[in-house]
Amino acid sequence: MKVRARDPKEVWEEEFESSPSRDDGVETSTISGIPLKPLYTSTDLPKRDEELPGRYPYTRGIHPGGYRGRLWTMRQFSGFATAEETNKRYKYLLANGQTGLSVAFDMPTLMGQDSDAPTSRGEIGHCGVAIDSLADMETLFDGIPLGEITTSMTINSPAAILLCMYIAVAEKQGVPASTLGGTLQNDILKEFIAQKEFIFPPAPSMRLVVDSIEYCAKEVPKWNTISISGYHIREAGSTAAQELAFTLADGMAYVDACLERGMRIDDFASRLSFFFDAHIDFFEEIAKFRAARRIWARWMRDRYGAQEERSLKLRFHTQTAGVSLTAQQPELNIARTAIEPLAAVLGGTQSLHTNAMDEVLALPTDKAARLALRTQQLLAYETGVANTIDPLGGSYFIESLTDEMERQAEVYFKRIEELGGVIPAIEASFFQKEIADAAFRYQQELEQKRRLMVGVNEFTVDDEEPMEILRIDPKLEGEQVARVQEVRRKRDQARCSKALAGLRKAAAGTDNLMPYILESVRAYATEGEIMNTLIDVFGIYTETAVI
Amino acid sequence: MTAETAVRPVRIVVAKVGLDGHDRGVKVVARALRDAGYEVIYTGLRQTPEMVVDAALQEDAQVIGLSIHSGAHMTLFPAVVQELKRRKATDIVVFGGGIIPEDDIAALKKKGVAQLFTPGTPLQDIVNWLRERFPEGSR
Amino acid sequence: MVDELSDTELARRFRAGDIRALARAISLVERRDPSVRALEEAPQGKGRGAQVVGFTGAPGTGKSTLVDALVALLRKKGRSVAVIATDPNSPFTGGAILGDRIRMQRHALDPKVFIRSMGARGHLGGLSLAAREAIRLLGAFGFDEVILETVGVGQSELEVAAVADTTVVVLTPNLGDGVQMIKAGILEIADIFVVNKADLEGHQRVVMELRGMLSLNTPSARGAGAQKPWKPPIIPTVAARQDGIEELWVAVEAHRKYLESSGRARELAESGLKDETAEVVAELARQQARLALGEDASLTRDLVKDGTPYRTAEQILSRIGSAGRKRRGS
Repeated sequence: MKVRARDPKEVWEEEFESSPSRDDGVETSTISGIPLKPLYTSTDLPKRDEELPGRYPYTRGIHPGGYRGRLWTMRQFSGFATAEETNKRYKYLLANGQTGLSVAFDMPTLMGQDSDAPTSRGEIGHCGVAIDSLADMETLFDGIPLGEITTSMTINSPAAILLCMYIAVAEKQGVPASTLGGTLQNDILKEFIAQKEFIFPPAPSMRLVVDSIEYCAKEVPKWNTISISGYHIREAGSTAAQELAFTLADGMAYVDACLERGMRIDDFASRLSFFFDAHIDFFEEIAKFRAARRIWARWMRDRYGAQEERSLKLRFHTQTAGVSLTAQQPELNIARTAIEPLAAVLGGTQSLHTNAMDEVLALPTDKAARLALRTQQLLAYETGVANTIDPLGGSYFIESLTDEMERQAEVYFKRIEELGGVIPAIEASFFQKEIADAAFRYQQELEQKRRLMVGVNEFTVDDEEPMEILRIDPKLEGEQVARVQEVRRKRDQARCSKALAGLRKAAAGTDNLMPYILESVRAYATEGEIMNTLIDVFGIYTETAVI
Repeated sequence: MTAETAVRPVRIVVAKVGLDGHDRGVKVVARALRDAGYEVIYTGLRQTPEMVVDAALQEDAQVIGLSIHSGAHMTLFPAVVQELKRRKATDIVVFGGGIIPEDDIAALKKKGVAQLFTPGTPLQDIVNWLRERFPEGSR
Repeated sequence: MVDELSDTELARRFRAGDIRALARAISLVERRDPSVRALEEAPQGKGRGAQVVGFTGAPGTGKSTLVDALVALLRKKGRSVAVIATDPNSPFTGGAILGDRIRMQRHALDPKVFIRSMGARGHLGGLSLAAREAIRLLGAFGFDEVILETVGVGQSELEVAAVADTTVVVLTPNLGDGVQMIKAGILEIADIFVVNKADLEGHQRVVMELRGMLSLNTPSARGAGAQKPWKPPIIPTVAARQDGIEELWVAVEAHRKYLESSGRARELAESGLKDETAEVVAELARQQARLALGEDASLTRDLVKDGTPYRTAEQILSRIGSAGRKRRGS
């Protein structure tokens, strides 16, 4: 009698079913809720033509050389209190091997307010640097040659103003705008969706974004005009698939707006950049990054008819997940912030920020900030992961998960389209509800210990030493207030008033506002004055909160 | 014959004061409080201390819950307590959460904040604390 | 203010214009506490108290923004306004998230604007009894106008109509399958229709469909009788831009004029009080029934034996009746 040889996979399956399983009650799905098989095999490998780096659809990377050609940029986000203090920190980081600057602004600056506005009290310098006028910007970059470095500025509603300030500082250094390199976050849609740093209503907000993209396409062609962000969406509680889908949908909304303005896709698409979260569920993140590249390339080519290769290549910056950090046993954050950037590197990020271990409670100390940078250097030079391009390509698991991410994103794109697009979806609170639901679901899973946060809901210790954290000197607030008032006293008032009047007139019309903002900035109009001029014309937005 | 008076559910005004917009935590807490039987009046982002207290008075709330992630807590929490004093409503209990270091918690409690919950606090802890302070008035 | 005030002290502060006393009084009526009922009487010479405009409509129609815009208009006209915004409580936990005042931020700190969020609290008969008392309190306190805003779920629009002098039903172009989606009964209760977000596509279609449905409807309900009936106008608005709000207010005032001149105001006031009385009786009877069923084991035994409630109900009613007679000394 002939016995048929059994499929080894069937045998394994039987053995798996009959072997004991862990009973700790912890979920085996991804942190976003994607169910995972215990094993992926060759049958899980999607059938497709072999993908290669630098070739459409760029799943394996946008450059044929990967990190062999050039490592990712180590770009640590930083800024606190005053321009003078931050300038010192920048010089410290550059001296220690950081390869690009990244500016964090304080809340009043992010919200378009001067330091002497009543609602700025108590908020100055806590989460970034206070910039009230061109004078502060000059101090911030004092002794730093803007022609030789690239700078990322994390600001949204007032982004155009800060970009103009950067251009004006470069002017004074003798550096022409056409050579300036860097990135402006400038992603207002995700503010409505997640971070809530909006000021104006959606339509004029979009106009400002398109103005900046249009202006830079001609005058500052090396500048990445927008960093379309998923990070904040994820930090607000979304799943990885939502982060992916909502970010790319926002990207398409910006593309639509620029095309409506009359720009050609290949004139601006290559300067759109992206910004993702690197969360703690390792493989899901890698799949997310790979799927992002593939989806974007496909939409750019098929939907928007982009012809040039560089228009199809999704470039992104990554930051390790702030929400994954714990105040309890914070040294463990060092380990978290080693695993998370590893996912980003295996996912092919172009630039990377690693959080410092003490950031749950305050801005990082020098030592913690340096350690975070060193972690990237360790990844780059000790672990060997940069030696092979897309090393997980071909993995049954990763390829299968990449496809799943792509599929889930496409489902969301359809729903957003049914709602009439991103802005109608925002006004219908679609994204906000998805995010709030996901956040609540995750919290419940934590409370039920179906997901663990080591040190928080399990493996806790009772007697923790309070951490040494960075304190902002409260007298810096008074100094900053004095400084902005001095700027107002000392400037050419006639020139400033004329510039603001010109801006107001242009805002009520359809001109590109960038030249008017630039002139106002050169005349030392303060950020608050410029914003208030625009608020007079555009109005202020109140959100419909969904809980 | 009098109508039997119902138990008075505890009403809590929940808000974010200051400029920061990180509302993930405050929304999760609002839901948890609702699920625990409280009436939660959510007044949203960018509230000033005056606005929060005024809302609490109109809504006859017994509790104010604030969430602050911007580092401005040492200014804003005391400002709310001050405003309650000014409006002669010091019986309203103030609690909160957010990015608040340990030593600041102690200082804020001295200034009249009843309790502060740091990141990672289980929602049940917040509910239990409220139940202890207001034994009648929630399920 | 100490947590529990004496009735007299609360009344004194209420009459002195202390907002907190007003707020506390409203909490008491929400609890169905009778101790502040005396405060509901309109002060001498103040006439009939506040006028009530009710707003109802499906979620997402922008009611809160509309109310916010109307409050702004009324304030410009120098009128003081109180808004009651209702949200449903969870029937399971009893809790609620009341988020309507977010849309009215610009009136924060205006002492002539009072905003109160009320959970429907699973009151059988919804919020109408507590809301009616709250409205009387607000009028007695001195507010010129009261706006009642509810989400159009369950029976809430009927409750609003029962309580408001003028009922505004709010629609928008994004209604999915169009005006057919509107529940039965809405057409009858609306004194005014608002089509908000009128800048959106589909707005004209909603207006036309609405006109069509209204013309088919015989004007009954609120416009009954030999008098010339009231034809509900359809007002397009873009509340977010403050467009159409003046027209809305003109319609409200026209409706009020109509109510006075046609005598409907008096009819509605009388029928309103009768309805309310019946509801109060029902509320009291319900409470007595619960009490009796909770305390009297023999009553429950018989009830279970019967398997139907009717005999037991009659028994309870006659007990209530005889207790009343006993109290009145007959």
